[in-house]
Amino acid sequence: MAQGHQASGIVAGRLPEEEIAANFSDLHAPYAPHEAAVAADRCYFCYDAPCTTACPTDIDIPLFIRQIQSGQPEGAARTILEQNILGGMCARVCPTETLCEEACVRETAEGKPVEIGRLQRYATDTLMAQGVHPFTRAAATGKRVAVVGAGPAGLSCAHRLAMLGHDVTVYDAKPKAGGLNEFGIAAYKSTDEFAAKEVDWLLQIGGIAIETGKALGAGLSLDGLSADHDAVFLSIGLGGVNALRVAGEDLPGARDAVDFIAELRQADDLGALPVGRNVVVIGGGMTAVDAAVQAKLLGAENVTIAYRRGREAMPASRFEQDLAASKGVKLMFNVMPVAIQGGDAVTGIELEYTEVVDGRVKGTGETVTLAADQVFKAIGQTLDGAPDGVALDGGKIAVTGAGRTSVAGVWAGGDCAAGGEDLTVTAVAEGRDAAMDIHSALMA
Amino acid sequence: MADLTTDFLGIKSPNPFWLASAPPTDKEYNVRRAFEAGWGGVVWKTLGSEGPPVVNVNGPRYGAIYGADRRLLGLNNIELITDRPLQTNLEEITRVKKDYPDRALIVSLMVPCDEESWKAILPMVEETGADGIELNFGCPHGMAERGMGSAVGQVPEYIQMVTEWCKQYYSKPVIVKLTPNITDIRQPARAAFAGNADAVSLINTINSIVSVDLDQMAPQPTLDGKGTHGGYCGPAVKPIAMNMVAEIARDPATAGKPISAIGGVTTWRDAAEFMALGAGNVQVCTAAMTYGFRVVQEMIAGLSQWMDEKGYTSTSDFIGMAVPNVTDWQYLNLNYVTKAKIDQDACIKCGRCYAACEDTSHQAIWMKEDRVFEVNDAECVACNLCVDVCPVEDCITMVEMQPGEVDPRTGKVVEAEYANWTTHPNNPSAVQAAE
Repeated sequence: MAQGHQASGIVAGRLPEEEIAANFSDLHAPYAPHEAAVAADRCYFCYDAPCTTACPTDIDIPLFIRQIQSGQPEGAARTILEQNILGGMCARVCPTETLCEEACVRETAEGKPVEIGRLQRYATDTLMAQGVHPFTRAAATGKRVAVVGAGPAGLSCAHRLAMLGHDVTVYDAKPKAGGLNEFGIAAYKSTDEFAAKEVDWLLQIGGIAIETGKALGAGLSLDGLSADHDAVFLSIGLGGVNALRVAGEDLPGARDAVDFIAELRQADDLGALPVGRNVVVIGGGMTAVDAAVQAKLLGAENVTIAYRRGREAMPASRFEQDLAASKGVKLMFNVMPVAIQGGDAVTGIELEYTEVVDGRVKGTGETVTLAADQVFKAIGQTLDGAPDGVALDGGKIAVTGAGRTSVAGVWAGGDCAAGGEDLTVTAVAEGRDAAMDIHSALMA
Repeated sequence: MADLTTDFLGIKSPNPFWLASAPPTDKEYNVRRAFEAGWGGVVWKTLGSEGPPVVNVNGPRYGAIYGADRRLLGLNNIELITDRPLQTNLEEITRVKKDYPDRALIVSLMVPCDEESWKAILPMVEETGADGIELNFGCPHGMAERGMGSAVGQVPEYIQMVTEWCKQYYSKPVIVKLTPNITDIRQPARAAFAGNADAVSLINTINSIVSVDLDQMAPQPTLDGKGTHGGYCGPAVKPIAMNMVAEIARDPATAGKPISAIGGVTTWRDAAEFMALGAGNVQVCTAAMTYGFRVVQEMIAGLSQWMDEKGYTSTSDFIGMAVPNVTDWQYLNLNYVTKAKIDQDACIKCGRCYAACEDTSHQAIWMKEDRVFEVNDAECVACNLCVDVCPVEDCITMVEMQPGEVDPRTGKVVEAEYANWTTHPNNPSAVQAAE
């Protein structure tokens, strides 16, 4: 019996099973062949295409769309996967609205870009459904590389190295590979355990071993890895979460959004996952939006995103903001947390209105209190567990060229490395480019 | 893994995709870009005799026919042969061939219809090291008026005569390019091979006017208030080219002879279709002019993938495979009966099938309540028009009736045996069927 939106406190099973299933089904349904044909026909096959330029992995988008047009989605998938081995996940999660689709000339002409993301999914889905892994491993080189972190950067690096004939061991602290693909992406973007299936498919290249339950400082040391391998790639992501630094943030009911999202992603039964009646999410990036939207989809009555700057400064794209609003999430701008209220549980949150003066956020003195039984903190993640000896830059691992760190024989990429947007697609590009650089270095 | 390398007249190229002689192959700059993009070969834009080059209009030189969303379906051109000096072209050809030894480089030629003119130019072309020549007997405008181009291509005797000269004064392969502006393509093809041509290439462009400017009251593209007929090419002409290629491939006089197919090749599938009808390779022009040289990448990837799926390892595995299945109407099996079937799940209820059938065909589709469209087998002759006009692929399919079933339209039992019009009792010229 569903508890309903208005049940007090943090409770599970607010909505009936079918409603939850419908809520968490694919945000963008996959294309049927006819839809893909019509969508593909809109591409103009631009010269030196702006979409390819905008793609962090340089996918030859006009070519893959033309291949769909000429009846070969499998060929299109090959074109995609040659540049981006996680093209399947990227098709589901990439903020195309700020990358390829924003650059599309039809966005300029009509405000309606070619639906590149959905076409990419159509192609990769078709190939992966056939169980085909279109790459073959080169002859073994005898070289061994350690990859720390089995997220998109690490997997991309590992695949490229394995394809070139090297032996790769990928270590990860979590019990499953996939990184944020497995533990962070919103569930309605990665349905049907796609992240895990994609990892299994990727491993078909051969030459990659995954060891879970290992991390730097917990079973691994950089020195140890360097001694046992010919090169090391660090793709440890951002394991730390910024604290709010306000009273009450340690109350049960106030948690890191990433933990809530990870729990949601691993839940076998979303109906068993408790969510508050009144949920407040502090922050303005993708994590905040994902936590807020999914809390609403689980049946929370009121979900509010509280962001301390104005709408135009919000890191989450306009598309994501609109998505949140369309799901009934309330977006509050120019408010920052002062205190989380409650005794043994959260009862409310006090926010202060802000103004931005010379780029700095300042309180105006006016406050408002929202009823809340659950608060999610999503004000940014930080590097955690970087090995000593590796130079940092702005709180992330400093890298030059294709991911070379300050330590010889050690590369880094993905969110843990300085530079580049913190996107899945950027991580794939950095992992791939580091692999090519490692390969050159090893074979020199 | 499919190998796209082709051997056409002893000329090797890494794939069967060549560029036809036209502005894309006008000069070294273009041809190098083409080879860098992956084209297997080019036919250099037609050279003329030594002397002052032709001068073309400043423009416009092209008109177009568009499909939806300004997709270019047909192009009409009043381009001429090269307007650059012969020596410049010959030097460039020599240089490019040296730098790209593995790519085919054919030189297209059009000189006056006398032996001396051909005798003069052929040694110069021989010296360049090019892999062969293509005789342009197809230009429908600009040159025909001077007794060249299609003025030759429409006279089989001239074709044979000039081809013989070329075989006499040139040592490498001679390809004869045919014009489609003719009643029976087999005549010029036979003439070319009678003159010992090594291959024919077809089609050149089709005489056309694409549109009329109703304000200026002149054909488009209008030039200072006037317009002229031009040569039509692009996806729209592919069916005409396909039929002509098939005719030559089927004609006992020319069956099995090498053919280079030209006419609307845009994707890998177009190339595969032409090759299945007997072409050893294809020449592309409009698709490259519409989208740039990169189109060849889709063609290469596409043909390769299709060959892998089918288990073909070499293009020779499938060249000409469709030729035995090209027949004449009177030999089609009258006992093969199908009926159209509408997939109600795929149907989007636009009613186009109904409009086509009810207004213009056999009134064999019912429009039922709630816009449900169903085929009435008792009236359906299986003309397939509904399939062709339906906007959703595979929504309507033709389903074969089995022998023994009764065709509700004719009341007759569907027979298993093959039978055609030549033995049908209604045919006044019927031949007695063999017992």
